[in-house]
Amino acid sequence: MAIADVGYISKQELIDAKQDISDERYAKGPVAVIECVQEIPCNPCEGACRFGAITIGEPITNLPKINEAACTGCGVCVAQCPGLAIFIVNKAYSDTEATVAFPYEYVPIPKEGEEWEGVNRKGEVLCKAKIVKVMNPKSFDRTPVVTVAIPKEFADEVRSVKRK
Amino acid sequence: MLKTELLVVGAGPAGLAAAIEAKKGGVKDLLLVDLNMRPGGQLFKQIHKFFGSKAHRAGIRGIDIGTQMLEEAKELGIDIWLNTACVGLFDDKIACLEKGQPDGSTKIVYVQPEKIILATGGQENVVRFKGWTTPGVMGAGAAQTMINVNRVQPGQKIVMLGTGNVGLIVSYQLMQAGCEVVALVEAAPKIGGYGVHASKISRAGVPIFTKHTIKEVKGNGPNGRVSEVVIVELDEKWNPIEGTEKTFEADTVTLAAGLKPVSDLVKLQDIELVFNGPFGGWVPTHTRDMESTCPGIYVAGDTTGVEEANTALEEGRLAGISAAQSLGYMKDADAEALKDEIWDRLAGLRMGPFGEKRAVAKKELMDAFPEVARG
Ligand code: SF4
Ligand code: SF4
Repeated sequence: MAIADVGYISKQELIDAKQDISDERYAKGPVAVIECVQEIPCNPCEGACRFGAITIGEPITNLPKINEAACTGCGVCVAQCPGLAIFIVNKAYSDTEATVAFPYEYVPIPKEGEEWEGVNRKGEVLCKAKIVKVMNPKSFDRTPVVTVAIPKEFADEVRSVKRK
Repeated sequence: MLKTELLVVGAGPAGLAAAIEAKKGGVKDLLLVDLNMRPGGQLFKQIHKFFGSKAHRAGIRGIDIGTQMLEEAKELGIDIWLNTACVGLFDDKIACLEKGQPDGSTKIVYVQPEKIILATGGQENVVRFKGWTTPGVMGAGAAQTMINVNRVQPGQKIVMLGTGNVGLIVSYQLMQAGCEVVALVEAAPKIGGYGVHASKISRAGVPIFTKHTIKEVKGNGPNGRVSEVVIVELDEKWNPIEGTEKTFEADTVTLAAGLKPVSDLVKLQDIELVFNGPFGGWVPTHTRDMESTCPGIYVAGDTTGVEEANTALEEGRLAGISAAQSLGYMKDADAEALKDEIWDRLAGLRMGPFGEKRAVAKKELMDAFPEVARG
């Protein structure tokens, strides 16, 4: 089932869009995972990355491509994406835990140290999610980026927290 | 009678952009009118970050783009009459304005501009089902105005009909405003809007029912308000499949079933219209300069086919530049170069699976322009 049928992306769609990240790259630490598989006229992610790790080029409807070697996982692109479609996944966070950073534009905004519930792309609760970081500088223009620590096995699944 | 060089009707994204470009192009005497209390049209409801490219201020929120444009208009000294409806358009480009007065009354003013730009926008379609007049059933645009402009929740539990970008974005914004969105219902087999918008809805745990429609809305709430929404699955021929009904408790139903161009003023003149499905109905055919078949009357934005704010802004710019050029304020070469750039950007916006259809529609619409009128 594709995004236009069900409203969320499948692993296969990420592979087909060449937006999946290699295990070797994941082992090295945080990296941007772009989940934007339809050709829409949009390119702020490309301009957001000062390392040139995201390419769209011409025409503007090209799918964003991540250069996983060039990406430092800094997270600057996350809040710039109007589609809220970029996540930073760190599978090397600890032996048992991974972190996922995602844009979160609801109130209340999670606070560091709190425990929320991690949800997958369908909004199903998968696990506890410890809030390890909340970034909301002016440059993010009211799109806070929240980082949660979750059990490693859910790193490819958790993409937000359950709203309170 | 008041004389002016250029009258722009509608101060939404298209009209504002048109006025700004015309003024920048050198037009001295320009009047921009809008029937609302505030200029900006839909921009001030659009609290989300825009798509597009840097030239479209992508990544910036619609409200902030609106604010920037109003500041620019102010700096340029553009005269905006608010609460002012253009209620008539007569021969020799005489426009009848119902000008809003500070005390709330209106006064009739006749204006004769040399050029007119009509940027009157779009209007939401309604959908009829059993109970569609129940209090609590409203347009998605109305709900969006309530939350983002007036900061009032339209209800607590909402069912959204339609999954185009409007349906998806307004659903998301309703949740941001603290409402619960119970379900999205879509008659087509696929979600109409961008996947990235649908993903936000899904992540929030809200189900999207494609191939479904609203069968009935029950009004047993307080004062006869919406209490329940019954949806039903549709077969390949869009007929309801009996026995597939699902009932949701809800107090509000929002309709996002597309928009149609507002063409009342266009129809008052002998302007040639073309029926165009993807653009929402009857739309005026126009040239590359956005000029209609009535010389000196330009059209821009949703009036010429329902699209989105970025295309409206670009078309407005085209119309503004063309008006300044034809009034003799801009050198042809300069104006053409600017217009070429804009048409290139428009082509980018009308690409890909979501834009293609609109590219074809625009071409058809412009191809229909009669050679005689081209002069
Ligand atoms: S996380 Fe940083 S380095 Fe990686 S793509 Fe985003 S902006 Fe570029
Ligand atoms: S900014 Fe976001 S929505 Fe736009 S192309 Fe990049 S990833 Fe996709």
